[in-house]
Amino acid sequence: MTDATRAIEAVWRIESARLVAGLARMVQDVGLAEDLAQDALVAALEKWPASGVPDNPGAWLMATAKNRAIDRMRREATFQRKEEEIARETGALFAMERSDFEAAADDEIGDDLLALIFTCCHPLLAREARVALTLRLLGGLTTPEIARAFLVSEATVAQRLVRAKKTLREARVPFEVPRGAELTERLPSVLEVVYLVFNEGYAASAGMDWVRRDLCEEALRLGRILAALAPREPEVHGLIALLEIQASRLNARHGPNGEPILLPDQNRGRWDPLLIVRGLRALERAEELPGPLGPYGLQAAIAACHARAIRAEETDWIKIAALYDALTQISHSPIVELNRAVALGMAFGPEAGLALLDEISDEKQLANNHLLPSVRGDLLQKANRPEAAATEFKRAAELTQNAQEQQLLLERAEALD
Amino acid sequence: MRFMMFMYPGIEEKDWNPTAEDVAAMSRYNEELRKAGMLLSLDGLRPPSDGGVVSFEDGEATITDGPFAEAKEVVGGYWLIQARSKEEALEWASRCPGENCRIEVRQVFEMEEFPQDVQDALHENFNG
Repeated sequence: MTDATRAIEAVWRIESARLVAGLARMVQDVGLAEDLAQDALVAALEKWPASGVPDNPGAWLMATAKNRAIDRMRREATFQRKEEEIARETGALFAMERSDFEAAADDEIGDDLLALIFTCCHPLLAREARVALTLRLLGGLTTPEIARAFLVSEATVAQRLVRAKKTLREARVPFEVPRGAELTERLPSVLEVVYLVFNEGYAASAGMDWVRRDLCEEALRLGRILAALAPREPEVHGLIALLEIQASRLNARHGPNGEPILLPDQNRGRWDPLLIVRGLRALERAEELPGPLGPYGLQAAIAACHARAIRAEETDWIKIAALYDALTQISHSPIVELNRAVALGMAFGPEAGLALLDEISDEKQLANNHLLPSVRGDLLQKANRPEAAATEFKRAAELTQNAQEQQLLLERAEALD
Repeated sequence: MRFMMFMYPGIEEKDWNPTAEDVAAMSRYNEELRKAGMLLSLDGLRPPSDGGVVSFEDGEATITDGPFAEAKEVVGGYWLIQARSKEEALEWASRCPGENCRIEVRQVFEMEEFPQDVQDALHENFNG
């Protein structure tokens, strides 16, 4: 890649989401908007290496995309068209000729971007499709980049994108920011996408795997954009708080050979203080807004308890147990209950944790999950019942799919025998 | 990737305090960075005469107060941003509403870039 191409690529990364969003508002179709934006990129790649990047590249790209769109529609207008298509395109043409991108207020651009986020994350689309479309249209990632990040083939990603755009078109999903109750209803599917992108990077961010790390950064960027565009939504701040605090531990989560290091054993000097501060500030914002914390806010509050403890022993487990209690009230999940048992054990002694485990041990989701015996073994060990603890660790070792974890569990069992 | 953008305003100390107009233009730019999800932190610095310089010679520290002769070569503020490439950071820097100034864009070291012994040395004094 030449310097000029790299510079154009950088401009594209900055401008593409706004460009697609502005075009989608006019043509009411994100697929068509993306095609038009791509036309403008092709034009830029032809012209800019010789002419240099223009002073206002965003406006240049928009003007070019609009001209190409108008050409394209006039050219195609001679063919037999369905009436409704013609009507739609005439509307789009009208919107384009009237619109003045340079004069567009920041609010309008922000609204377009937000509408793009909500459209890409529309609940009509399957989760994977929402993720792919969001990374493509908001992150400006290419199909191969998305494929590499999610360890799937390029053909799979390409197909997901085509289908997603088709679904949106056929359902005539309006390009707009949902308001009021509809916004509240649709926000979770947006937040879920950002969280999934982050976790995809976080789950496997061992060592020098830059693709994965980039994914975490992209999720943070998307979350921060959301927080800037929808500042009155507490869960948006809750989510970004959670991501900032989790990201602060990226450098501490793995040992030199990629082995995972659990939270209590992490070297807290490796936690990123800037991200912690940003996370705590975002959590404050979530707490200041009216209404109780939602699931992301509560998870962020739990993460904040760990972040505030300079040493592991200083962790406020009583507060964490209370927060898990609140979390189980709003999102019934056996995994949350398991975490609550750990917190209860830390806060009030192992018997308190064991009592909760007895209550939830019939949960179907936990039947073949190694976490249940693993947590129980840990609590039994603390309760000074080594034989029972060893049995649980062995059972957990049988159930886990992860070789490293299996070895760790067997070692713990042996040490107790 | 993180980049530090150092602003060298290229002005004399007597002109150090910005006008309302300058501040308005700059905060529009800052807001644009924030809305793009790029901005991690930023600060504007007071003039050099309000600070000082500590210089070392053979391990000996000497403190010098301002004013400094080469006021045009001092940092006036900084932005810490997250970007996806050096080119993107440079593109953002070139969108700053500057008149006659200079912005130096520098990439921040990531911990993983260091060999393990250096990483360990970075944190061995932390008794967490």
